[in-house]
Amino acid sequence: MSDEQIRHEWPLFEVFVRAKRGLNHVHVGSLRAADHEMALHHARDLYTRRNEGVSIWVVRSADVVSSGPEDKDAFFAPSGDKVYRHPTYYSIPDSVPHI
Amino acid sequence: MTDLATGERTFAETIEKDQRVEPRDWMPDGYRKTMIRQIAQHAHSEIIGMQPEGAWITRAPTLRRKAILLAKVQDEAGHGLYLYSAAETLGADRGDLTRRLIEGRQKYSSIFNYPTLSFADVGVIGWLVDGAAICNQVPLCRSSFGPYARAMIRICKEESFHQRQGYELLMTMMKGTEAQRAMVQDATNRWWWPSLMMFGPPDTDSPNTGQSMAWKIKRHTNDELRQRFVDMTVPQAEALGVTLPDPDLRWNSERGRHDFGEIDWSELKRVISGDGPMNAERIAHRRRADEDGAWVREAAAAHAAKRTETTHE
Repeated sequence: MSDEQIRHEWPLFEVFVRAKRGLNHVHVGSLRAADHEMALHHARDLYTRRNEGVSIWVVRSADVVSSGPEDKDAFFAPSGDKVYRHPTYYSIPDSVPHI
Repeated sequence: MTDLATGERTFAETIEKDQRVEPRDWMPDGYRKTMIRQIAQHAHSEIIGMQPEGAWITRAPTLRRKAILLAKVQDEAGHGLYLYSAAETLGADRGDLTRRLIEGRQKYSSIFNYPTLSFADVGVIGWLVDGAAICNQVPLCRSSFGPYARAMIRICKEESFHQRQGYELLMTMMKGTEAQRAMVQDATNRWWWPSLMMFGPPDTDSPNTGQSMAWKIKRHTNDELRQRFVDMTVPQAEALGVTLPDPDLRWNSERGRHDFGEIDWSELKRVISGDGPMNAERIAHRRRADEDGAWVREAAAAHAAKRTETTHE
């Protein structure tokens, strides 16, 4: 199989669906499409056949920038020792209401 | 500690704690290869699986049955695409997987190599084939590989409609004429054994099961799932009024399970290795669809490229 044919492959898009008003768009998977418009149509056919959504985002997979598993410590560890960011860090007498 | 050692440790801990492995995590090469192969085979099965029933869309007896069948076959396409999407998270390429399928380098489920001779087959496929698929697939919703497990959750939700529409179709036929009841029995006779073969070779002849269970890719052995399917299906056959074509099938009160007859494993081997009744036709059809669609894919890509140029000028 020649590289020529492989190059005709459509680019990959990531699909995000808002299940109903008031909720965030959530990643549901990916698909191949020639452009954004076709990606939207395919996303509707593929991911919302049973009223799973009221709104769709599509993003070229190549445009997604993400943190990697190897960044885990550098990225997320610093928040681990900041317990004072959580409400339970503070002791308030039971007698004090509504707090 | 080296990166490799850290990766191995994290992977082992993830599996041990029953958490999910995600695409960018370190994973053993064997795990990656096994997952790609399993997901691709599953995706191919969904895509090839459109053909046996798709053949009946134009001949469905009522508009209602036609609409149901269309929706079902569209679901099969959808399931194939969810799965290709999961395979691509591991670095597989969708176009390459399709080529592997049509060149016979990757397999799909043996069940789709049998012909659909009457409309009752549509019902029996929903009842038995999709029923067996559900037995296989429900545990896969807990597969250790995240994207596969998530695709399976979506698929399992939709499969339930497939099985129920099939069973309802058969109930309708069983309330019809003598000839219709005979069609249901005939289809049951033809699909029963191939459905049992869907669970794969017996545990004594399934060399990869151990590793797949250790990696939590697989949660139950082939024979466990097969037994579960038989136990579930027997009362459904009774309710329907058909006989399952196995003289050795009977309740074993000691085991609390059904005993059933020996499966013809040579038939499974034959069909898997390409010599089933419909293997050549299924692949030829898929190849034709791929070739016939090539100019559309190229034209759409060219159109998209041209529009990008225009916008950037």
